[in-house]
Formats: sequence, C-alpha cells, structure tokens
Amino acid sequence: MLRFTDEHEWLAREGDVATVGITTHAAEQLGDLVFIELPKVGARLVKGEAAAVVESVKAASDVYAPVSGEVTEVNDAAVADPSSVGSDPQGAGWLYRIRLDDPSALDDLMDEAAYAAFPK
Amino acid sequence: MPFDTLRTPLHALHLRHGARMVPFAGYAMPVQYPEGLLREHLHTRAQAGLFDVSHMGQIQLIPRTGNLVDAARALETLLPIDVLGLQPGRQRYGLLLDETGGIRDDLMVAHCGDTLVLVVNAANKVADEAYLRAHLTGICEIAVLPRALLALQGPGAETALARLAPEVAAMRFMDVRTIELAGTSALVTRSGYTGEDGFEISVPEDRAEGLAEALLADVSVRLVGLGARDSLRLEAGLCLHGADIDAGTDPVEAGLGWSIPAVRRRGGAREGGFPGAAAILAALAAGPTRRRVGLRTEGAAPVRAGALLFAEEAAGDAIGRITSGGFGPSLQAPVAMGYLPVALTEPGTRVFAEVRGRRLPMVVNGLPFVPAGFKRA
Repeated sequence: MLRFTDEHEWLAREGDVATVGITTHAAEQLGDLVFIELPKVGARLVKGEAAAVVESVKAASDVYAPVSGEVTEVNDAAVADPSSVGSDPQGAGWLYRIRLDDPSALDDLMDEAAYAAFPK
Repeated sequence: MPFDTLRTPLHALHLRHGARMVPFAGYAMPVQYPEGLLREHLHTRAQAGLFDVSHMGQIQLIPRTGNLVDAARALETLLPIDVLGLQPGRQRYGLLLDETGGIRDDLMVAHCGDTLVLVVNAANKVADEAYLRAHLTGICEIAVLPRALLALQGPGAETALARLAPEVAAMRFMDVRTIELAGTSALVTRSGYTGEDGFEISVPEDRAEGLAEALLADVSVRLVGLGARDSLRLEAGLCLHGADIDAGTDPVEAGLGWSIPAVRRRGGAREGGFPGAAAILAALAAGPTRRRVGLRTEGAAPVRAGALLFAEEAAGDAIGRITSGGFGPSLQAPVAMGYLPVALTEPGTRVFAEVRGRRLPMVVNGLPFVPAGFKRA
C-alpha cells in the first residue's frame, strides 16, 4: 500500500512496518542533495515532528514523520551518498523504516491518484 | 513571482534554456538550469560559465568640468581608495562606507577615459545611486547605464571570448577595455566573482541576447545561475554584502584592509577624507578585535549563515557567528565564513557551531578554499 503526505513524503506499508522517503517531486524541487541526516534505529517518532533532514547545496529541509512509531531501520547508503536519494527517491533512495503504532494511520493519507492531483 | 518583478534583457533566453527563476533584488533571476547547481559550479571551474548579472547597477560618473580628475577627487570623499591614481583602462575594488566606518556596499570603479563607471550590488543600487547623487551632484553628472552585464568565468573564458575578439587575450586581471563583440561595442573588464579568470561584459540591453547566443555557440560555455554563483564565490572566500559585510562590519575586521592603499592611510598624502576615517584609520593601526575567517566542518553537515559559534563543545556563550555557509562542490565538503575573536583565528583552530540544537566541530581554514585563477601578468 503506497501513500503520500502533503509534505511530499511517500510511505509503503508491509504489515505494521512502513518504508518512508521523499517523493520525486520533492527531490526535483530540492535539486542536488549533499547531506542526509536520519533518525536513529530505535528512536520514537511522533507524527508531525521533524524526523530527518535532507540538505541541498542551497538549503536544509526537514522531513517530517508522517505517522507515529519506532524506527526499525535506516538507509545508511543514502547517508553515505546523498545523490542516491536524488536519483531514485521513491526506490533505492528510501530514508527509514518505522513500525507503526497504528497500522490504520495510513488510511488518512493520500493515495497515488490523490497525490498526482495534489497541487505542487 | 510578484507582479512588479523586473526582468533582465536575458529573461527570454533563460526560459528557453529551462531556467528555474526566483525573485532576487526585485528581479526574476535564474537560480539554476536543468543540469543543476553542482554541475554548473564544476563546469565553471573546469571550462567556462556564463552568468547574467544584469540586475547589478552600472553607474557612470561624468565630471561637469570635463576633467576626470575632478570626478576622481570627488569620489575619493566617499571611498577609501586611490581613484586619482587609477590609470585609464584599469579598475579597482572599493568599499562605500558610512559615518561609523561600516560598509554600505562593495563595488568596482573603472577608469573609462572621460568617465568613471561603478558596478554595484543589485540589492544596494537604488540606495547607492541616491547616495552618490546626494554627495557628488555638484561635481558629477550621474547616469545609471541602461546596459546588460554578462560574466564569463573559468579557465576557458579567455579562449571562448577570444573567438569573438582576439585582443581580450592581452588583457590582464582588472584591465578595462572597450571591445567590439559580435557586432556590438562592449565595455569589458577582466574580473569576476568566482575566483577564476574571467570577464565581465557590459553591452546595450538590446544586444545582450545576441552576445549570449554567440558565446553559447561554443560548447565549452554553459549558462550558470545564481545558485552556483554563490557556491563559487564562497569557495573563493569572496564577501557577499548583506551577509559577510554590512553596516555593522568595518573593512579591517572583514579582511578588506588591503583595499585601502597607503596614500589614504595615516601618513599618506591623502590621509583620511572619507566617511568613518577616524575609526578605520585607528582600526588599521591597532588591528581588529574580531576577524572574518574561513571554516570547514569536521563532519558532513553543512553549517549555514546565522549559526552561532562557540569555543567549547558544551558550556560558554557564543563568541562569533557564521555569515555565509553552504556546500563547496569543488571541495565536496561544506564551507563557511564567519567572524571570530582574533585569538581564535589561526588556521587549524577548532570551534563549535550550533546546528539544530547540537554543537558541531568546525576548523578555521585559510581563504580562499580553492586557489584563485586570476591572470595577473
């Protein structure tokens, strides 16, 4: 199940774990990425709070937690090579995985069709 | 874009080349083109980048007596530089000062035979024009030149421009020449804001697009936006007025005392006689209490303008501030400039910058971060 937020993040849920990243639109807007900061494995995230930082040459952007839960895995390869997020933001450029406090929380988010229509 | 945003003569060209336009100093300016900031920056250091800097102010001073010495003498009442000694066909960097010795703007002054031409920052050009008029109108007619300004920068700039005018190869750094380019009379200086060799080219507005297309016909020349212009100048250790220098900084602490020649200093034939002279001459003699330095990070996180600096990782009050910071594509690492107390300005000194609530270690670095490519001889 693929969902999107109005902050241009995507989530892919399998069971009670969701993989989170920034959308292709967000990556294009940011331009060349030079630094990624991810939450620590085991960290508790609260929906709406800053969870990660993605920096381009020009500016730093906060990536917000789209749902509440516990971080189970982070993409070390993205930290090592920020350009990998830019080149495949909705695939190999995933940022972190989170065990959802409430698996139904994704139901409130936009599906692919809704995000495609969402003003950018 | 706000409805009253101004356009440069190259606006249509930018759009044709896929520029992302942003508002800057009241103008719609290209921040980048489809290749992106990193490639544009690296291309400029490897070959030749073409920048539209038409938003900057080009202000001509015409002596009412017809004698340029009168205009030069008058301009020396506002700038702590040697204008009387400036030779025809040469240009100088100077600081426009206020009464406390703070910096109103930084600019270039060119000797163009029977006039002086100043190039000033876009954000300050309206205030600069008013200031010049208020102080010089008795001696000089002041004209804002309705011209475009293009910058061609990089090790390939001379070869690219020489295809249009072979005589540019004979120009040295800070030379000024009137040269025919692509059928247009252009005012050309060998200077720039990237740390690389290069030229700034002033042409009538209606000739700008033709000149740009003529330069872009050379595959080594690519359009570069304001985003890369900023990372290039930061790596070159060059100040941005409004960030690294402003009304609250004096030339000495900013590391720009070199622009004040001996003739305007204590003991010089034309000592003082400019705004803030007492404070600046005293600072030149005594040395500053704080100084602008380059800083690199120990980690990968960039440290941006506004970040406070501390001497220690845990305790203590802020001792300084980052005034420019970002990522240096040629270094593949973050770079920054800021002010620190003089005792902490030796290269290799370790300080800490507060970023997102944490103190990150930084190290004082000499400036520039990347060696300059100016053609001095």
